[in-house]
Amino acid sequence: MNDTGATQPHAAPTLEPGFKGIVKDWSSDQRSFKTASWGKVMMWVFLLSDTFIFGCFLLSYMTARMSTTVPWPNASEVFALEVFGMHMPLLLIAIMTFVLITSSGTMAMAVNYAYRRDRKKTTALILVTAFFGAMFVGMQAFEWSKLIHEGVRPWGNPWGAEQFGASFFMITGFHGTHVSIGVIFLLIMARKVWRGDLDNGKPGFLTGRKGRYEMVEIMGLYWHFVDLVWVFIFAFFYLW
Amino acid sequence: MDHAATANTAPPQEEHQEHPIKLYLTVWTWLFILSVGSYMVDILQFQGLLRWGLIIALMLLKAGLIIAVFMHMAWERLALSYAILVPPVLILVFVAMMGIEASYTEWMRVFFLSGGT
Repeated sequence: MNDTGATQPHAAPTLEPGFKGIVKDWSSDQRSFKTASWGKVMMWVFLLSDTFIFGCFLLSYMTARMSTTVPWPNASEVFALEVFGMHMPLLLIAIMTFVLITSSGTMAMAVNYAYRRDRKKTTALILVTAFFGAMFVGMQAFEWSKLIHEGVRPWGNPWGAEQFGASFFMITGFHGTHVSIGVIFLLIMARKVWRGDLDNGKPGFLTGRKGRYEMVEIMGLYWHFVDLVWVFIFAFFYLW
Repeated sequence: MDHAATANTAPPQEEHQEHPIKLYLTVWTWLFILSVGSYMVDILQFQGLLRWGLIIALMLLKAGLIIAVFMHMAWERLALSYAILVPPVLILVFVAMMGIEASYTEWMRVFFLSGGT
């Protein structure tokens, strides 16, 4: 009883907009985030902490690259592919970018259909998202093995500054791990949607929380964040 | 009593996002166009300030679209948006600090290690 009372604030039904609204929300009793559930807020806070982790990786990469006196390997050439005799710089990375953006688009639509209680379309779109995610990880595995074959190691490479390998494996490896976990997460959620767990409010096996369609949106936040991080990695590591 | 009355009359506090699918397709198309743009920066071999400026601008546009529309930040209360979007500014402070540090390290390497290996 107390629990439901805490989630039903006795606030005025109209919420103030703008900066005054921020001050009012934050200084109000019981909860600051009036329209977002705690599940969603917690996902955002987790993503914020993840932002700092990836921020620190990119920062250490920046520091290594700025402080070395040895030339940095040219990413445009390192990640080039020969396709039908044509030399295409960064081709694989460009395809990976498009695949991830597409998966983000299908995820956004899955969230939309979830709120319309369209089980079939939601399941299908989540599975498509998972497929593109798995495709991304597959291409990354190809990229890694190609570079390892060419002699890139965390402690050295044939083209220039030694820190290149360490930065590359650390940053893309951590991102790839995020994508892989996301794919597993997506498959579990697709099964839940398909079985109707979110309609019936069936408790989950891990947390025991009742299934709600908001879960799809919260998972979507995670997936979009993975895409978001890739935008920064693409800009700073591959293009810079 | 009082509890039940407010629970019945008060509007639902947790809002669900419902937008037309067209919105997502538009954003998706824009993300594609912007990604092609940043790929072209490399293909056309832009150099110097133009290259960095374009990379940063396209990156920020893409990030903004993803956060605002795909992650629905544009429709959240500002209390949440500020709580999430302001702290990453600290990373920029860190960038400035490490930039100074890295330049100093490089100078030391050039000056004392003769060619810096």
